[in-house]
Amino acid sequence: MADTMAPQMAQAAPGAHPGATKRDFLKLTTAAFAAVGVAGIAWPFVASMSPSRDVLALASTEVDIRPIATGQAITVMWRGKPVFVRNRTAEEVQEARAVPLSELKDPATDQSRVQRDSWLVMVGVCTHLGCVPLGQKPTDAKGDFNGWFCPCHGSHYDTSGRIRRGPAPSNLAIPDYAFTNDTTIRIG
Amino acid sequence: MAIGLHDSQVSNPVLRWIDQRLPVVTMMQKEYGTFPTPRNFNYFWNFGALALINLVIMIATGIFLAMNYQPHTAHAFDSVERIMRDVNFGWLIRYVHMNGASMFFIVVYIHIYRGMYYGSYKKPRELLWMLGVVIFLLMMATAFMGYVLPWGQMSFWGATVITNLFSAFPIVGPEIVTWLWGGFSVDNPTLNRFFALHYLLPFVIFGVVFLHVAALHITGSNNPLGIEPKGPQDTLPFHPYYTIKDSVGIVAYFALFALLVFFMPNYLGHPDNYIPANPLVTPAHIVPEWYFLPFYAILRAVPDKLGGVLLMFGSILVWFVLPWLDTSKVRSMRFRPVARIFFFLFIVSFFVLMWAGGKPAEQPYVIISQLATAYYFLWFLVLLPVLGKLEKPLPLPESIAAAVLGTKAVLGGGPIPQAVAAKPMEKA
Ligand code: HEM
Ligand code: FES
Repeated sequence: MADTMAPQMAQAAPGAHPGATKRDFLKLTTAAFAAVGVAGIAWPFVASMSPSRDVLALASTEVDIRPIATGQAITVMWRGKPVFVRNRTAEEVQEARAVPLSELKDPATDQSRVQRDSWLVMVGVCTHLGCVPLGQKPTDAKGDFNGWFCPCHGSHYDTSGRIRRGPAPSNLAIPDYAFTNDTTIRIG
Repeated sequence: MAIGLHDSQVSNPVLRWIDQRLPVVTMMQKEYGTFPTPRNFNYFWNFGALALINLVIMIATGIFLAMNYQPHTAHAFDSVERIMRDVNFGWLIRYVHMNGASMFFIVVYIHIYRGMYYGSYKKPRELLWMLGVVIFLLMMATAFMGYVLPWGQMSFWGATVITNLFSAFPIVGPEIVTWLWGGFSVDNPTLNRFFALHYLLPFVIFGVVFLHVAALHITGSNNPLGIEPKGPQDTLPFHPYYTIKDSVGIVAYFALFALLVFFMPNYLGHPDNYIPANPLVTPAHIVPEWYFLPFYAILRAVPDKLGGVLLMFGSILVWFVLPWLDTSKVRSMRFRPVARIFFFLFIVSFFVLMWAGGKPAEQPYVIISQLATAYYFLWFLVLLPVLGKLEKPLPLPESIAAAVLGTKAVLGGGPIPQAVAAKPMEKA
């Protein structure tokens, strides 16, 4: 904000800040108002890039879970993402619950990740960089922990969808969902 | 000269009339005609001109593609197939645009490594260099978004993985990603904005290129010896000497370009991008375009998500401070016998990363990427600063003319054309 003309043109303020002038103050104030104004104008443009109302309106999906036999899983679309709905076998549940929390990278009990013991509902998006892990089909690679395996950079998830090995930082996310009755789940 | 008019030397009356009012002819003459240019350029100095031509080609083909392209998830893939099959010469325009992106990166990588080898980033050309790094970053963004447009499997999953990089940042990361997408996954809003930006950014690049060239014309060009011209005996007028030398390079460049377009148009691409995008199925092996592989390898070399992302961005951002990391007073590696060896190893590390980035994320590729990443950063952060202090450079020639012409220069230089013929410019 140096202005070589200013000190000669305006009187110097007496005292504390030698060289600082009334004009310096006016310039700083003007610049501050301009900055706030620019930010105010920029905001609508920035905000226009966030999800729009129609995108937000599509935010819930109903799933009929009757066709999913024990040990089977289906993948449904929710907000453009895959959601895994798995009807786990008793052994799978057992396996997930037998793991001590100290062995987990992102510690969470299996109980905290499900609403009904056998039903595991998760966003099927690897928490590393967003690939869809394998493991939904009986023929898929399930990784070293018998759950899911992300082929992109090698993340292994267990039967509770918790990260056990690889670069992913956290467990597969649990979406907001509710059992609307015994045979239907609403996601979102 | 009439009052208020530029004193034009142009003889053609029409051009003169324009030049008096807007001295573009005078400017072109000064900047590209008589512009004093070091007389000892080798062919590495062609690549700036080639990059500019390439940018023009991308913009020209891009505009014609945009006339037939549809930025909607339901139509994008089919509209590109229509361009390939039904639009007259659509296949040609698209293949030129597609391979043009690869040619652009080949040219720009050579241009950048030329600058690194001959120390073109050093004082007084630091800002010129930094503008170049800005251009490179904009090119990466443009090419990345362009690759998303055909909406094939690699488009979709490349976009997903790369936008998710931002989720690595603590707290705000996931918010940023949602904002970038305009939704909860890569989807139609994402495709729309990528198209808008893909159209815009090349023109921004054009603007930065203008600044890059303007800065160049203040400092003048560096040269293979890395010493400044001291007088007229060290330079040649840009035209015709370098217009003709650039033309030779342009012919070779077009030959390679045509070879790619007409004989192997999909060689550098990935076949999975001819499968329409499917948000539920990730291809078994995701790889970015070849020109991003070194950086992708750095990302995957680090077992930590945020660490990998930071190192990947850092590997390019470090170029910004290169002028201050290199402590040597000598520009050209020709006179730096020790640094030169480590420089070639640095180039090797870049190619090793490029190779490893295309391999699956498993051993031995991970450890190889880690070693190459370590050397990449070692070069910038340790070797360059230290070698500048320790190394004893070879003696620099007295002047460009003395180095190129030998004793003739000392005797006052001969008539220029003969002197040049006596010792043709070498290809370093
Ligand atoms: C810096 C310059 C540019 C670069 C590096 C670049 C890069 C790319 C790349 C890599 C693709 C994907 C090609 C494919 O696999 O099909 C693409 C597609 C496309 N680009 Fe560009 N581009 C540039 C400039 C432009 C400009 C100025 C336009 C003007 C609108 C444009 C319009 C398009 C269109 C419509 C597509 C989709 C059609 C297709 O995929 O072939 N591009 N671009
Ligand atoms: S995206 Fe799953 S491991 Fe990287």
